[in-house]
This record gives sequence, C-alpha cells and structure tokens, in this order.
Amino acid sequence: MTNLIGNTPVLIILLPLCSALLCLALTAVSKNLGSLVVKISCLGSLVLSVIQLCMVVSGGTIHYAIGNYAVPYGIEFVIDSLNAVLLVAFSLMGFLTVIFAGNFSDNKNHFKTAGAYAELALLITGILGMTSTGDVFNLYVFLEITSLSAYCLISLGGSRGVVSAYRYMLVGTIAATFYLLGIGILYATTGTLNMGDMSNILNEGGHDGAMLVAMCFLIPAFGIKMALFPFHGWQPSAYTHAEPGSRPLVTGVMGKVPALAMFRFFYCIYGTDFRFFRIALMLLGILSVIGMIYGSLMAMGQNDIRKILAYSSVAQIGYISLGFAIGTPIALAGSFLHMLGHAFMKGGLFFCTGAIRYKYGTVDINDFGRIYKKMPLTCGLLVIAALSMIGIPPTAGFFSKWYLALGAAGQHEWIYIAVLVLSSLLNAVYFFRLIEKVFIRQSSDLKTRWESEVLELPVTLIIPIVACFLAILGIGLFNVKIIDVLLMTLEGVGL
Amino acid sequence: MMTLINTFLADKGIYMLTLLLLSLGVAGVIVCNNYMKKLICMNVMQVAVIFFFLCLGQKSPGTIPVAMDTVVKASDYINPLPHGLMLTAIVVSLGTTGVGLSLLLRIREKYGTIEEDDMLRREELMTRVEKNGGKRD
Repeated sequence: MTNLIGNTPVLIILLPLCSALLCLALTAVSKNLGSLVVKISCLGSLVLSVIQLCMVVSGGTIHYAIGNYAVPYGIEFVIDSLNAVLLVAFSLMGFLTVIFAGNFSDNKNHFKTAGAYAELALLITGILGMTSTGDVFNLYVFLEITSLSAYCLISLGGSRGVVSAYRYMLVGTIAATFYLLGIGILYATTGTLNMGDMSNILNEGGHDGAMLVAMCFLIPAFGIKMALFPFHGWQPSAYTHAEPGSRPLVTGVMGKVPALAMFRFFYCIYGTDFRFFRIALMLLGILSVIGMIYGSLMAMGQNDIRKILAYSSVAQIGYISLGFAIGTPIALAGSFLHMLGHAFMKGGLFFCTGAIRYKYGTVDINDFGRIYKKMPLTCGLLVIAALSMIGIPPTAGFFSKWYLALGAAGQHEWIYIAVLVLSSLLNAVYFFRLIEKVFIRQSSDLKTRWESEVLELPVTLIIPIVACFLAILGIGLFNVKIIDVLLMTLEGVGL
Repeated sequence: MMTLINTFLADKGIYMLTLLLLSLGVAGVIVCNNYMKKLICMNVMQVAVIFFFLCLGQKSPGTIPVAMDTVVKASDYINPLPHGLMLTAIVVSLGTTGVGLSLLLRIREKYGTIEEDDMLRREELMTRVEKNGGKRD
C-alpha cells in the first residue's frame, strides 16, 4: 500500500498507457474486455489523482524521480498544487469521455472499436503526462503522444475528418519541430533538460539572447498547439469533424495542456526577471485580445453547433492566455480556473451535441426547436454551460472572468477589462441564439433513433452530462477553495 | 575580412545550413499543392532539427563515450545525450510519417486525388449536394 501511494505520479500515467497497449490484444480474447480495461484504468487514474491532490494539499509539492535516477540527470515528475488540480479535472474528463464514447462505436467491428479506445487511452496518457512532467524533453514526447493519437481520433470522423486531421498533422508537426528547436537552444545554453535546474541556471543571468531566440520558437509552437489566434487555422475544422465519441476530450482538454506548458516556460523556467519578459507578455496580450474578439465574431456567423463551439474555443483560449499576459498571481489563478471550468463547459457542450445527435441525428441549431421538452437533462447542461461561457454567476465562467478582471485592474490594464466585457457580450449574442432555438422555436419533425419510456438517453450518456453539470456549478460555488489551492504555487511565480 | 568569414563559417556555418534546410522544409509545407510533397517537406524540416542537435553534440577531439583507459576526462568524449534525444525524435518522426501516409491513403480513397486544388473543388461540390439533398455527416 505504501508503494502504491509513493508511486502515484507515475501510476496515474502508466494505467491508461498499459490499458491502451493491452486493449487490442484483450479484444481478441473477449469482445468487450478491451474497452472495459480502458474504462477501469481511467477510473483508476481518476481515483489516484484525487488521492494525490489530497497529498499535495496537505504535504506540499511532490518530486518524483523516475527509476530513482538522480534529479538533473534522470526524468523528474513535479506535482505542485496546479498540476494536482488540473490532473484531477483532466482525468475526470478522460474517464467521462471513455464512458461516453461507447455509444458511438461501430458495433459490428469490435477491433475497430477497440482501436478507437486504445487511441483514446493514449490521448489521456499524453495529456496526463504533459501535465505532470518536470522535464522539457519528456514534455516533447508526451506532446507527440497527445498529438499523434489526436490525429487518429480526428481522422475517424468521416472523410472530412481525414482531411482536417491531415492538415492538423502538418501544422502540428511544425509546432513540435519549433518546440524541439526552442528546447535545443535552451539545452545548448544550460546543458540540462530538467525544468527546475534549467530555471536556476538561466536565472544566473547572461543568457538573454539565447533565451529570446528560444522564446521566438516556443510562442508559435505552443500557440499552434493550443489554437491561439493567429495560429488557430487548423482548429475549427478539426474540432468540427472529430470522431463524435472522443470529441469532448479533444476539444475540452487538448488545447489546455499546451497552455499549461506555456505557463511553465514563461513563469517557471524564464521567470519574471527575464529582460524581454514584459515585451513577451504584451505580445501575448495583443494576440489574446484579438483572438477573443475574432473567435466570438466568427462563432456568431455559424449555423452548425459544432462550428459555433469550435470558434468560441478560439475566444476562450484567449481568456486563458490573457491571464498569462496580465501575470499577477490572482490573474494567473483566474486563468487556471478558466482552464478547469472551460474543460467542463466545452466538454459538456460537446456531450450535449453528441447526445442530441445520438438521439435525433442532427447538428444544425435550426432543428433544435423546443428540444427541451424531449431532453430536459441535456438541455439543462446546455443552458448552464452556455451561461457559464457568457459568465453569469454562480457558474464557473463568471468567477474565472472575475479573477481575470481583478488581476487586470491590479495592473491598471483597463483595455483588457474592456475587451473581457465586450467578448462576454458577444458570447451572450450567440449563446442566447442557441438558447432561443432550444426553448422558443417551433419544434421540427425529428425522428428518434433511441426509444425508452423512463430515460431520455442511455445511462452511459447521462452520467457524463450530469457530472459536467455538477462540475460547472461546483467550480463556481467552491471557487475560493480552488483559488486558495492554486495560489499555494502561484504566489511565488507571478509578477 | 576573409579570415573572419572563414572562422565564422567554420564555427557556425553548419548552423546556417541547418537553418536553410529548416526554412526550405517549412516553406515547402506551406507552398506545395500536392499533399505527398507536403509530407516530404515535413520530413525535411524534422531532419533539419535532428542535424541541429547532432551539431550541438559535436566536439572535435572527442571520441565515443565508452569507458576505456584513454578516455578519462569529460573533454575526451562526446556527450551522448543529444544523440539519445534524437533517437527519440527520429522515432516520433517515423510515427508521424506513418500516420501521415495512412491518412493520405484514406484521402486518396475518398477523394480520388491528393492535389489540394482538386480536393477543395470536390469539397465545394459535396457541400452543394448536402444542401440540396439529405443531411450527411
């Protein structure tokens, strides 16, 4: 038992990884065993990450040296309070998506289903690994695991999915190559790959030139991966055409992890003493402000609900990077709260669209007339997630925007507050359009694909929907506790 | 002046070449119209980064990092870490190329072409069919 607790950081990643490798082989033994193992392993990581969060809150940052190799030489996992909170959220989203995905699988071909489950488990492995690692090259490996499995999952969504996956692959590889070049330059300067060690050596000073060049490579690299404006070109079509079962994870979580990596590079490795830090922050701020407006405007023009949500993601990533651009601990905490909240909001909205599509086979919002009568639970989540996106209390979205605005006011960045309000108003325009269709529009003739007297949907679809609903409200209501935990780490790193 | 250029090329010339290779790759990914050519350019780009790391690890009097009587000091052998890292990067690039090729096969199957212009035309056609006929996804 002590072994189990002592090794939680690595076990959280090993469980989905092993299940991904075993999934296809076990399907040969029994047709549903493979997917069952994936589900159990994801539940296992969720439980372990909750235990780990409790350990971090009570005992402080965990440093885990893999294979007991001494730290600057071997790979290290560093779990501080930020990582721990995000790991819980991401593994929860992973678990919910794995349950949800079962409804969209091809029942005739079990090996195809098992392959999709294996990809999903690999995606979860990559995401959790990127969140916990403390080594820059290890981050690259996990980044590529995440990306490769995401390319496969996007390509499973029909012929357009294949094309958008291919385009994403080309752009994503440019990002990975730039990242590798950036860390190559940093490695040449410092001779280490460990984040903490690298930060110590860089802070001795005298490396400003090399650091600036490396940053010029790193900002586009993370920008592409998290779909920050103007690097978002791949994102709308990829999010729209991804495989419906895995879409909540791809859209809700995949864009957040590179944002966390960007935060690590900006604040934990470079540090606020870096000579060009203010310029980099200003650049990031300008990009996020344009992205927030652009994403909302583009979302207003769409009719396909998946496209609306995809463009609104460009705007929401803008909020997260805006917090990084403001840079005070409270704004950073707002950013991370938005990362948490948005994972559940966007994931939840895609759970809803998946459920509506599962039942009625439509994704056009003009067909959604009075759908609330037929699917009350789904529409409940749709409304609460939409309100949270706009930023209405007591949902998660309000509080993250509140902390962002608080941080901006502390730095006297009034433009940021104005854009925050404007972007929220634009959000209101297109989300109220969605809500109007759901509640007021005349109901259209929709053929039901799934019949039941008691439940509106299968249980495996209801669990994720209810969990997201509770998570959005929970993050909003208990925001002070979460912010306190986040600030345990952030107090030391902000401006 | 000539000696200055000579020493610069001897020291940093190789980095200029890798930079050139990288820009060629990135430009190719953006400019080429054929998806297969895009994939090849992507590989060129990845090779450029591998060269960059290998050049970092290079040291002129150094030998292989094996424990021998003549190899004692750190200056006697080459740091194996960049080479180790690049082995991983090569594997990743192999994986990416594999995924890319299999996606290309699927695209070829579904659209009958891998030229971007032709594909955009077909996609337009497909959208028009969708608007007239039943909804497809």
